Amino acid sequence: MFSFELLFNALVIGVLLGGFYAALSIGLSISFGLLDIVNIAHPAFIILGAFVCFFFNSSYGLDPILVGVISAPVFFLLGTLIYRIYYGSFEKTGAEALRGLAFFFGVMFIIEVILIICFGVDFQMVQAEYIDYKASFGVIDIPFRMFIPFVIAMVMTFGLQYFSSKTFFGRAMQAVAQDSLALRLMAIDPAKIKRIAFGLSLATCSIAGALLVIVIPIEPSVGRLYIGQVFAIVVLGGLGSQSGTLIAAMLLGMVESLITTFFGPSWSPAVAFSALIIVLAFKPTGILGRVGDTRG
Amino acid sequence: MKSNRFYIIIGTLIILSYLATAFINNQYYFFAGFAVLQLMVMALAWNILGGYAGYVNFGSAAFFGVGAYSAIVVLQLFNANLLVQIFVGGCFAGLIGLATGYLTLRLRGVYFAIATLALLVVAETLIVNWDYVGGAAGAYVLPKKNPTFLGVLIVGKENALFGNYKELLFFLMCLIALATIVICRFVENSKFGRGLAALRDNEEAAESMGVPTLRLKLIATTMSATIMGFTGGIFPYYMTFVDPVSAFNLDISVNALAMPLIGGTATWLGPVLGAVILGTLQQIVTVTISSSVNLLIVGLSLVIFVIFAPEGFLGLIKKIYRRGE
Repeated sequence: MFSFELLFNALVIGVLLGGFYAALSIGLSISFGLLDIVNIAHPAFIILGAFVCFFFNSSYGLDPILVGVISAPVFFLLGTLIYRIYYGSFEKTGAEALRGLAFFFGVMFIIEVILIICFGVDFQMVQAEYIDYKASFGVIDIPFRMFIPFVIAMVMTFGLQYFSSKTFFGRAMQAVAQDSLALRLMAIDPAKIKRIAFGLSLATCSIAGALLVIVIPIEPSVGRLYIGQVFAIVVLGGLGSQSGTLIAAMLLGMVESLITTFFGPSWSPAVAFSALIIVLAFKPTGILGRVGDTRG
Repeated sequence: MKSNRFYIIIGTLIILSYLATAFINNQYYFFAGFAVLQLMVMALAWNILGGYAGYVNFGSAAFFGVGAYSAIVVLQLFNANLLVQIFVGGCFAGLIGLATGYLTLRLRGVYFAIATLALLVVAETLIVNWDYVGGAAGAYVLPKKNPTFLGVLIVGKENALFGNYKELLFFLMCLIALATIVICRFVENSKFGRGLAALRDNEEAAESMGVPTLRLKLIATTMSATIMGFTGGIFPYYMTFVDPVSAFNLDISVNALAMPLIGGTATWLGPVLGAVILGTLQQIVTVTISSSVNLLIVGLSLVIFVIFAPEGFLGLIKKIYRRGE
């Protein structure tokens, strides 16, 4: 059943899917990659963002992406609040390895159950004009429900990359990752920078949630499936490298799209996780590992 | 607790649990009791690696599910009996645990945590696509009629050791739970346990003092996974129906992790206490409110305990006790 038409379409969808995955994992590349905060609840926050978009879309007819952008500052504040708790209870006493991990695991279930209680376990989706639109170029079809999220994801990814490599605060973030003791000697408080950076990482969840609810219908526990994708991408891309994250996301998107097309969708969840296990076993520094990274 | 007294209590509990199956008629108690005991064994097993060595395992459900499905496979292949199923389930889960540990335990601890989560999804996907064991639709396990063991009728209406399967399974689960407690207590007091504690507190220091950290971690992972596999192996009989969603559910993982952290991770008493308190509460909430609320209780109490009572319930009691003196 192999045909080039199918292959081309699978590759195009793979690129679009990859861009979307980049949006999901870019926040985690900040929190897990740069700040060493293993936010296992990252996908749960994305689902929270998605349900916020769904709520305003179904009740007031607002555009999901617009809602995602507007609610981003709220997520930012939520992030700084969570980091305050995390820092005070775990990081300060060096207990983040066991209890910090468990903390985010608990937060994930709390978000999930609250969403189940508020919205039920049915699949929900949003309405917008562009969602059902499709552009055809010869044999290749580009569905807009994938293309719009792809564009937004690219803007977000490149924006964040520019931000973290060119602006003062972005470099401060990199500095925390490199050597937070040196930063402290410069009379800068690493906890403050990490707080803002963690807020930023949650703010991306709000926008990523908007993209998610455009791409697929959502239900509260669907976030569990994305834990693998986002962690695989961040580790594969080399912790903390935004361009690495983008490359890894594209790679994973294409592999997954090819597997789905030629072997069937029931195999696709294993792709990300198998990739993760293989990377961890054989090349834990990822594609673009940070220079001088001693944590592998 | 002195050794003699400890073993006398264990022995008494075995006899009591058998007497309970003989004299209590309400079957719901065995059903609920089995669920609590299952949580307890999973919590104790998680604690061997998580509590004693400080490595977080998010994939308890993977080992549990592998145990359950190994049991299904040997049932399909050889029409094996219950004990063989449990045994094979444990062994196979232990092997998977060893392999996962070998691949990831040389890295930072958090990678092990993420890899176990990955293992969960990979295992579930494999089972969903494997039609021999029922695929996504699941598989039924019909208990055999009038099983005998060494010439003795085990389950039957008259002249049998147990009146029905629920009672037999409850008694077996009691045995597994008590055996796990004995193992955990033994680990705590052994050289192996002290090695694990050393690597939990400072891995580099332990390594440089000659503690074989990787080997100890691998043994702990294998032990923990094997016990989880035993629990999984008995699960198909209890439910009489297994599907990938119920056997590889993340809820199993969160329970296995939450109970020790709520009870206290330092000794075997912590997971037992956590499982008894939280497990009973869950059974009550499931019956009176709903099963999604009981996950909320687990999540909330997990977060509250890790923030405010890092030593768990036992730590709280100790603190109050000390203040009283």
